Amino acid sequence: MLSTNRESPPPAAGRAAMKKELPDQFKDHRHVWVFMELERDQVHPVSFELLGEGRKLADKLGVQLAGVVLGPPGEATWFAIAEAFAYGADLAYLVEAPLLADYRNEPFTKALTDLVTNYKPEILLLGATTLGRDLAGSVATTLLTGLTADCTELDVDADGSLAATRPTFGGSLLCTIYTLNCRPQMATVRPRVMAMPPRGNNKIGRVIQHKVSMIEEEIVTKVLGFLSDGQSATANLAYADVVVAGGLGLGAVENVKLMKKLARTIGADYGCSRPLVQKGWMPADRQIGQTGKTIRPKLYIAAGISGAIQHRVGVEGADLILAINTDPNAPIFDFAHLGVVTDAIRLLPSLTELFTHRLSPHSRDKLAN
Amino acid sequence: MHIVICIKQVPDSAQIRVHPVTNTIMRQGVPTIINPYDLFALEEALQLRDRHGGEVTVLTMGPPMAEDALRKALTYGADRAVLLTDRHFAGSDTLATSFALSRAIAKIGEAFGTPDIVFTGKQTIDGDTAQVGPGIAKRLDLLQLTYVAKIVSVDINGREITVERRSEGGTQTLMSKLPCLITMLEGTNEIRRGSLDDALRAARSQIVKWNAADAGIEDLTKCGLRGSPTVVKRVFAPPERAEKAEQIDTAEKTPRDLAEELIAGIFLRQPALESELAFDGE
Ligand SMILES: Cc1cc2nc3c(=O)[nH]c(=O)nc-3n(C[C@H](O)[C@H](O)[C@H](O)COP(=O)(O)OP(=O)(O)OC[C@H]3O[C@@H](n4cnc5c(N)ncnc54)[C@H](O)[C@@H]3O)c2cc1C
Repeated sequence: MLSTNRESPPPAAGRAAMKKELPDQFKDHRHVWVFMELERDQVHPVSFELLGEGRKLADKLGVQLAGVVLGPPGEATWFAIAEAFAYGADLAYLVEAPLLADYRNEPFTKALTDLVTNYKPEILLLGATTLGRDLAGSVATTLLTGLTADCTELDVDADGSLAATRPTFGGSLLCTIYTLNCRPQMATVRPRVMAMPPRGNNKIGRVIQHKVSMIEEEIVTKVLGFLSDGQSATANLAYADVVVAGGLGLGAVENVKLMKKLARTIGADYGCSRPLVQKGWMPADRQIGQTGKTIRPKLYIAAGISGAIQHRVGVEGADLILAINTDPNAPIFDFAHLGVVTDAIRLLPSLTELFTHRLSPHSRDKLAN
Repeated sequence: MHIVICIKQVPDSAQIRVHPVTNTIMRQGVPTIINPYDLFALEEALQLRDRHGGEVTVLTMGPPMAEDALRKALTYGADRAVLLTDRHFAGSDTLATSFALSRAIAKIGEAFGTPDIVFTGKQTIDGDTAQVGPGIAKRLDLLQLTYVAKIVSVDINGREITVERRSEGGTQTLMSKLPCLITMLEGTNEIRRGSLDDALRAARSQIVKWNAADAGIEDLTKCGLRGSPTVVKRVFAPPERAEKAEQIDTAEKTPRDLAEELIAGIFLRQPALESELAFDGE
């Protein structure tokens, strides 16, 4: 039951399946592709993160990096292509068709598998978003190739094979997975797991346009509506610079307010550990961790959170982790940078008050004078 | 209507321990549970059946002991359980798993009626891939509706289904056709406690047990390790962080003192933050 639903422990090294015997039909597969996730005219930032990783892989392999854009005719697709170049792509593949306006599995799977069959990439990366996972599963099954989900590290080994490392058993273990005898080697990566690469300027490259061999009448699924999460910050938690979160140590639903108040004071977003969602104290999309969001803020303040492995995997990318917990042996102190063993319920109001003091324009003026 | 739901027996990952030397999962004594997301799917399936009539068949692929998970599903009210178990399936990755499950679903269709809907949970808690559902859909050529938060309506005669599906940054309402495969998100329905009748029936029920041949699988090269394009090369424990958190000394300090030290500590490590934090006080 490892990573990919294995029913038994992985085989010992040296088995036939572990050897690379790439069939001839795959020998002309070249280049690294990154699927540029475009939904409702927005490029998902995970695509840029993937371009950063893809660039490194392509350089190691000495091949080109391509961005793949599927979408309706219009400015958004060309904007996505320009962005792909700005973040390091050498070339781009574009399939433009009105039936690619809203994400639906059928036309996107068709378009992406057609592109792969025609232009033969060696590696294909997608974001582990709802869209990316939906699409990757269908494409990999259609192509009968390997797909490794939610990777946290990608590398190329001496053989030129993609080594994809991912957490398994809820983060208790990591495993490195290869797709030796099929192409492309496919992997998904969650948003915010890879660092955002720097944005270059004005780089341009070749754009290869392809047509999707499908018409609207063939597509059974229709989009009736879309309700955006809108301005509610929920969708942005993964991209927030500062996050304050509370765990069961907050003790009671009223105390969640203390945590939210601190967050508001310092302009942070807020989240929680899983039990708070299970208790109904917080909505599910505020959950941080393995089955919630991965965050990568500059500052993460965890109040009354034990730091179980499933929580840890979602916050490890933070630059500065600050933990408030009454238990000096809480696992969170193993990966936090700064810790204080104290009652969060008493500390949070003081933190809010002193931050207010320190950050208010009034006190800043005083400092300046 | 006939609904097939795929479930998986998984170790309760909250209680998993890793062997410090061999880096393997210590399974002894770790309780198993039905993958939590599958329970939401099961509840949804049962509600649809209760509303529209018909039957719910639960299917799992796994070792013989996975029978426990099926029996549990019967106590919740499922009508029939099929265990797909064969040593040839050992080592299956998601592609091989979706192959075996799709063959079994086809066989269930022949034996007990073609399913109108196939359900899975959105992902498992041990593998976490969310790939098996889409894999099954593709192999059976079923329409695929993933991350479904709510089934808005099902029109059995018109063969139509409307669902709400989570996407990045919003909720899509989709209309599609039956038959389809749905992967179900968590938290939409309260999971029922089975009735006493269901518990008694579950205890008496015969679980249908199929090996590869029974499920109509002739090509064993598509199963197990041989049918799995992905290969696990290395399993290892996450690296430890070298140093523990620097602790603020709490002796005889008021919360205010501690807050002050903490804030000083933050800005000492991240001086740039001070100008970035937006003050939004009343
Ligand atoms: C499949 C699976 C997936 C999971 N996914 C996630 C996930 O995505 N995210 C997640 O967070 N969890 C997840 N979990 C749950 C995870 O295993 C832990 O149970 C959870 O993170 C614990 O939450 P907690 O730290 O808030 O609560 P607890 O473990 O109960 O810890 C509370 C902490 O608060 C401290 N405390 C108590 N009182 C105070 C006080 N007054 N002031 C300060 N500290 C105090 C205690 O010392 C303790 O360390 C998952 C579990 C499973 C099985």
